[in-house]
Amino acid sequence: MSRPTAAAKRPLSPHLTIYRWPVTMTLSIVHRVTGGALYVGTLLVAWWLVAAATSEDWFNTANAVMGSILGQLVLIGFTWAMFMHTVGGLRHMLWDTGVAMEKHVSTQTAWASLVASLVLTALTWVALYLVV
Amino acid sequence: MVELRTPLRKVRGLGSTRSGTSHFWAVRVTSVALVPLSLFVIGLLLSLAGTSFLEARATLANPLIFVPVILFILISLEHMRLGMQEVVSDYIHSELLKVALMMLNSFFAVLIGATCVFSLLKIAFGG
Repeated sequence: MSRPTAAAKRPLSPHLTIYRWPVTMTLSIVHRVTGGALYVGTLLVAWWLVAAATSEDWFNTANAVMGSILGQLVLIGFTWAMFMHTVGGLRHMLWDTGVAMEKHVSTQTAWASLVASLVLTALTWVALYLVV
Repeated sequence: MVELRTPLRKVRGLGSTRSGTSHFWAVRVTSVALVPLSLFVIGLLLSLAGTSFLEARATLANPLIFVPVILFILISLEHMRLGMQEVVSDYIHSELLKVALMMLNSFFAVLIGATCVFSLLKIAFGG
């Protein structure tokens, strides 16, 4: 079987490091990362449900941990990940129908989804603080 | 049609597994279902904030809440299992590690699912 004989690594032309970072690339990465974060976040959902099913003590402990400053920061991140991944998912569904795929349009929808996710997260937490 | 794969490629079984479209479609179907379900669950969590143990359990035991919540959990888990499978097949190139991680991925989703379903059933029917 023939194998490449050159032992030395071939030079690569520079790519990621020299181009201006496009927002569409950021959102592509963010979609994966938020998906991964939500994956881990299911542990929190399971913990809260187990606590609610077990006893009042467990329930109050879970709520106290999630209601602490650190807990709230994690939950704000969780909320944003959920909105970002949802809005990003809607953007993918739009592409699935074959529209909005031009370069400048996908840049616009990238910014729009980023802003939408932040606004929705802010609205949710404002509503939460108004309720409690 | 002209065969583009070499005989060696074929005998090693490398190439399409012919399940790409159904995977793609399952991701889309679950994501469409998750849009309204996610909004419902966020609204539910807002309404549950600050409620007592008994109030929260009574809310979760209500069939109009219970059904969408359990659907949200099961469909989310399947969606994330499919997504993580994609991530593993993208980044992990060692065959053994890839298969192991894909199994772990499925085990994780099923474990979380069983735990959540048990808890919800206990809340609704456990008295």
